[in-house]
Amino acid sequence: MAAARVLRTWGRSAGRLVCVRHFQACSTGHILKPKCLCLLGFPALKYNHPHHLLKTTAALCGQVVQFKLSDIGEGIREVTVKEWYVKEGDTVSQFDSICEVQSDKASVTITSRYDGVIKKLYYNLDDIAYVGKPLVDIETEALKDSEEDVVETPAVSHDEHTHQEIKGQKTLATPAVRRLAMENNIKLSEVVGSGKDGRVLKEDILNYLEKQTGAILPPSPKAEIIPPPAQPKDRTVPIPISKPPVFIGKDKTEPITGFQKAMVKTMSAALKIPHFGYCDEVDLTELLKLREELKPIALARGIKLSYMPFFIKAASLGLLQFPILNSSVDENCQTITYKASHNIGIAMDTKQGLVVPNVKNVQICSIFEIAAELNRLQNLGAVGQLSTTDLAGGTFTLSNIGSIGGTYAKAVILPPEVAIGALGSIRALPRFNLNGEVYKAQIMNVSWSADHRIIDGATMSRFSNLWKSYLENPAFMLLDLK
Amino acid sequence: MVLIHLDSGGDDHGYVPHPMWSFQKEAKFCPVLLFKLNSLPTETFTSQGMLIPFLMKNCFQLLCTHKVPAAGFKNAVKSGLILQSVSSDVYQNLAVEDWIHDHVNLEGKPILFFWRNTPSLVIGRHQNPWQECNLSLMRERGVKLARRLSGGGAVYHDMGNINLTFFTTRTKYDRMENLKLIVRALNAIQPQLDVQATKRFDLLLDGQFKISGTAAKIGRTTAYHHCTLLCSTDRTSLSSLLKSPYQGIKSNATQSIPAMVKNLLEKDPTLTCEGLINAIAAEYAAHHQIDHHITFINPTDETLFPGINSRAKELQTWEWIYGRTPKFSISTAFNVLGEQTPLEIKVFLDIKNGRIEICRIEAPYHWLPLEIYEKLNSGLTGSKFCPVETTMITHMLLRTCPEDQELHSKWNVLCEKIKGIM
Repeated sequence: MAAARVLRTWGRSAGRLVCVRHFQACSTGHILKPKCLCLLGFPALKYNHPHHLLKTTAALCGQVVQFKLSDIGEGIREVTVKEWYVKEGDTVSQFDSICEVQSDKASVTITSRYDGVIKKLYYNLDDIAYVGKPLVDIETEALKDSEEDVVETPAVSHDEHTHQEIKGQKTLATPAVRRLAMENNIKLSEVVGSGKDGRVLKEDILNYLEKQTGAILPPSPKAEIIPPPAQPKDRTVPIPISKPPVFIGKDKTEPITGFQKAMVKTMSAALKIPHFGYCDEVDLTELLKLREELKPIALARGIKLSYMPFFIKAASLGLLQFPILNSSVDENCQTITYKASHNIGIAMDTKQGLVVPNVKNVQICSIFEIAAELNRLQNLGAVGQLSTTDLAGGTFTLSNIGSIGGTYAKAVILPPEVAIGALGSIRALPRFNLNGEVYKAQIMNVSWSADHRIIDGATMSRFSNLWKSYLENPAFMLLDLK
Repeated sequence: MVLIHLDSGGDDHGYVPHPMWSFQKEAKFCPVLLFKLNSLPTETFTSQGMLIPFLMKNCFQLLCTHKVPAAGFKNAVKSGLILQSVSSDVYQNLAVEDWIHDHVNLEGKPILFFWRNTPSLVIGRHQNPWQECNLSLMRERGVKLARRLSGGGAVYHDMGNINLTFFTTRTKYDRMENLKLIVRALNAIQPQLDVQATKRFDLLLDGQFKISGTAAKIGRTTAYHHCTLLCSTDRTSLSSLLKSPYQGIKSNATQSIPAMVKNLLEKDPTLTCEGLINAIAAEYAAHHQIDHHITFINPTDETLFPGINSRAKELQTWEWIYGRTPKFSISTAFNVLGEQTPLEIKVFLDIKNGRIEICRIEAPYHWLPLEIYEKLNSGLTGSKFCPVETTMITHMLLRTCPEDQELHSKWNVLCEKIKGIM
């Protein structure tokens, strides 16, 4: 569209006449193209997204500008390019960072002087760049200070609008913002600039308009408001046209790496195990009372006492009666190993992801010792400093998902173990006691998963009942405590 | 009386200026009177300090209500500011530097900023932490690692090391002038002191001991030059932490140049940190013809520095500290105990953005089966070059290996050795 460019440069005073001529030149009975419309000067043709406009016209008549590396100071002639913030094809605005260069212990951020599209990078990383030589090529729509980018609209009959200069001092604004102001018959000098160095930004124009017209312009970037053409000069209230909301989000695809990738492998292996589930509810009313009594004593010894040490110890007592739950099978399920130590793992949710450290040899630990060890593991887990020893060697796992929420869960067994228990949250619920009276019970649900190749439902059920009985009546635990 | 003009034009990245900071053009050169208060509301500081948060709030309120056209004041009095941080957190202090660089108009109003940190190691913008320092020792001792935005080499910070930042406009950026100012200040309190600035912008004591290193950051309109000053730093920690034990690193990152150092306090016991700060402040004030009072600032004050806390947080992320390391590769080997003789295992890693792009472990197949090495290679590819993440990954992956005591213990040995190079 060379015609457009030519017309722009010497059509300043010709006004409407020129535009009509152009219209005749470019359309021969076809539908008017948007660019022609604009030149014809339909007033108040607002493009709410100036950059959108920038792109279409840039494709038409962009000029490729060589952006040279400007003087760094201190007589420095050459620098090393350390980091690129843009690549070829990226769109940049004026003042966006382009790259980072280093010279003699000084790190310099080079910012763009133009709006446009990066066409060429002259250097690779760690190359030496020279002051005064081209750094990048930018395809711009127009140069920053030029007055030639002013689009003529017949509605703008006063020429002072074409110059946007106040008292010999130019208002700083990008060409896109200037156009927006132009189209709305706004003097840039009257707008308060909120950008850097008092720059007038798009938001400032919109705010100014809002104050002027009392209307709120719809902010959707792709919408174009084309009010009826018979309103040349007066700034009447533009009727906000309601548009269906436009969602411009995009899908994001990235490879699965790191810990997530490891989880993929482990969980895939885990699901090869035929799981069966068994759930029950446990009345912890008595345990809650006990813990309340013991909490201050533990605190005096410097340990925070939660319910977990009780659950863990009860599980270990149960495993003594049902050692198959503390076993391990080989890959082909041909050999079974009954583990001697009860290394009970506790699933923890940390910043890095799921970790399962275990408390070693619970079968010979007191509840207080378990609590102390739990504190230590939790503190290390919080700062990501769990050692391999803490994480390795687990034989049985408990997952207290209830601390976050939930009732029943279907936990996945962590190989090479054969069973896992998921504990729900403790809630107050009405239950009947032995006398048939309703009382306030503290109920927690437990969901066990076990390897059905070697463990049957009856075993799991008996183990669960035993575990439950220890917790529902803590005094009973004393009898079997080792 | 001090004239300050702190104008925030709002940065280019969508930051909305705080209402207190955005002034109308006409009010740009309004004078602000700082009153020296004898009774301070909350915190207490050394005798020289004035509490700026309280004052700035009042003064800005003043400014907003009295729009005095200040054409007459423009050339009347020279201005500038001397600031000192009340925080010893390296990330918060680096965030202050960053904030001032981005938000303050330094035209005719330069700023000098004093800050000191609890034991930390600060590397330059384009450096490789594995090349520069002993990361495992730092983790053991709880020494923080930070990456600053200026160039230059690695430095050890502790409360005996004074940091000075000279903020100016880009045109007024002159590192030698700043260093000469420091030398004058030192000679003012100790005329016998032999301190010289070198061509590399270091300060040498007695012609051989480095007492100060320099780095700088240049932006579009502003620039800053910061340097250290060794007053009473723990030199043993300094040398042990700045020595990297990691072998086989090939990288284009900026490398630090080691130097012999000495503390000023060792040379002359009267040269304390406080004394040095006051002397330099006095010299700066004299040079710029401003009031020599030091104003204390709190780097966590959002009303004074809107958005600074999120900046400080960003500076603490793994992505910034480690992830910004320029591409590098490691080619190293270690020994493990074989049946009779030690076996050599070679490890080749390509690391980009702090993540392992390529991982290749070369080890004898009779020690561990090929699938195990493949499993480890594949598991580590794409993960962070970080011992914490590696521990988690290798632990999870072990669950997919056959249940074999010997295999498990060899796997653990191999993983520990690999973590040893991270």
